[in-house]
Amino acid sequence: MLAHYPYYIAAWIFLCGLYGIVRSRHLVHTVISLTILQTSTYVLLLAIGFRKGGYAPIFADIHPGVITVDPIVQALMLTDVVVEATVVALLLAMVVKAYEKGGTTSPDDLRYMRG
Amino acid sequence: MTRSHRLLLFLIGAIGAGFIYCAGAGNMPPWAQYRGPYGDVIANLAVYQRHATDTVNAITYDYRGFDTLGEEFILFSAVTGVMLLLRPELSKSGENQSSEKRNPASFRDRATLSETVQVFSTAIFGLWVLFGIYIGTHGQLTPGGGFQGGVIIAAAPMLLYIAENTDFFRRIVSHPFVEFLEGFGAAAYAIVGLAALAVGVPFLTNILPLGTTGNVFSSGTIALISSCVGIEVTAAFTLVIFEYLREILSRDKNQED
Amino acid sequence: MMILGTGLLALIAVSAFIIVRTDDVTNQLLALGFYGLLFALMFFVFQAPDVALSQITVGAIALPLMIMLAITRMKHREAINRAGKKRS
Repeated sequence: MLAHYPYYIAAWIFLCGLYGIVRSRHLVHTVISLTILQTSTYVLLLAIGFRKGGYAPIFADIHPGVITVDPIVQALMLTDVVVEATVVALLLAMVVKAYEKGGTTSPDDLRYMRG
Repeated sequence: MTRSHRLLLFLIGAIGAGFIYCAGAGNMPPWAQYRGPYGDVIANLAVYQRHATDTVNAITYDYRGFDTLGEEFILFSAVTGVMLLLRPELSKSGENQSSEKRNPASFRDRATLSETVQVFSTAIFGLWVLFGIYIGTHGQLTPGGGFQGGVIIAAAPMLLYIAENTDFFRRIVSHPFVEFLEGFGAAAYAIVGLAALAVGVPFLTNILPLGTTGNVFSSGTIALISSCVGIEVTAAFTLVIFEYLREILSRDKNQED
Repeated sequence: MMILGTGLLALIAVSAFIIVRTDDVTNQLLALGFYGLLFALMFFVFQAPDVALSQITVGAIALPLMIMLAITRMKHREAINRAGKKRS
């Protein structure tokens, strides 16, 4: 159990984000909970690639051949962090438009289309 | 269904899914003992094959360059979506709606910033852009690259907005050249890949001369692609900021006239 | 180093729960900034400097900026509507 704790923490963060989406009263709160849900994948990927005593895979000052952590999962995470911010901008544009057309930011009141 | 019903359904589903996940995660190799062969293979070979000391960026822009092309087009389409959703609307009389509204009192007559903050914010602007260019062009040597450098440069006009220099901020951010740069950055990445096809090797192969390890102008197309991505990310974030602030900026312009 | 990593992971788990339980959107924004800082530290401790640089720039500059701009634009529209209603 103790040997796998980062994987359990990734699941906990995922479920926290999902709980925020289910119980939110404000659409921006929903978008922020979605952001937290996305960060759980970073914890999972990082935990998969980590090696105890490993160095960072940047060979500017160390020699290739020393023990490093996995660089492939870091390449997956790097682009994802920046693209996630733009997708959040798109979601917030939809929230702003829904507020301007519907007049409310609560997801429970936006049942029917207006305007 | 009511909120409490929704919460009960979620809790049942969450506990069930969490239980299954934890039972599955217990079968993975123990933490901090990475076993897989591919990470070690690339970490040992990337410096010699591509003359790039930053392995993560070599993977992002060369070994897995196709995935990064897809991610960049996700960014491009998200920005297109934002510009489509937030474009200014015409009222029924045909005039531009934002120009005929009066300025609401709650957005006017705030206390202005002290002059020290204004002077220093404007003075740091050049240093900020230079730092962003440094991070963006040294991606193949040290941690950095196009994505990080692009975000840093895109945040620089906000310094001017904080320093209450909204006129100059508006002139930078609403220039049509920014839209051209965004399309140019996204297209340049694809053109670099197509140039490899024109020579006769597979798409996105590293065809430029590799140079000496440790130089800025090394590692072939990695530096070129990183700069193109930096241009595109800068323009993308600047466009998004402008779209969100368009109403408030035009209100400021009417206030000054 | 492992103790620091473990402590950071525990702190991240606690802050994730606190963020989703915050009600006011502006408060949540500040808590999200702190959460991003914790993540940048965690990437640093787990030997991933490229990703830490990305997280610092995005989590400190881009993400709170986007959310704050959206909230400001909604408040601006609300202020315009209220001024319009008072006039008419």
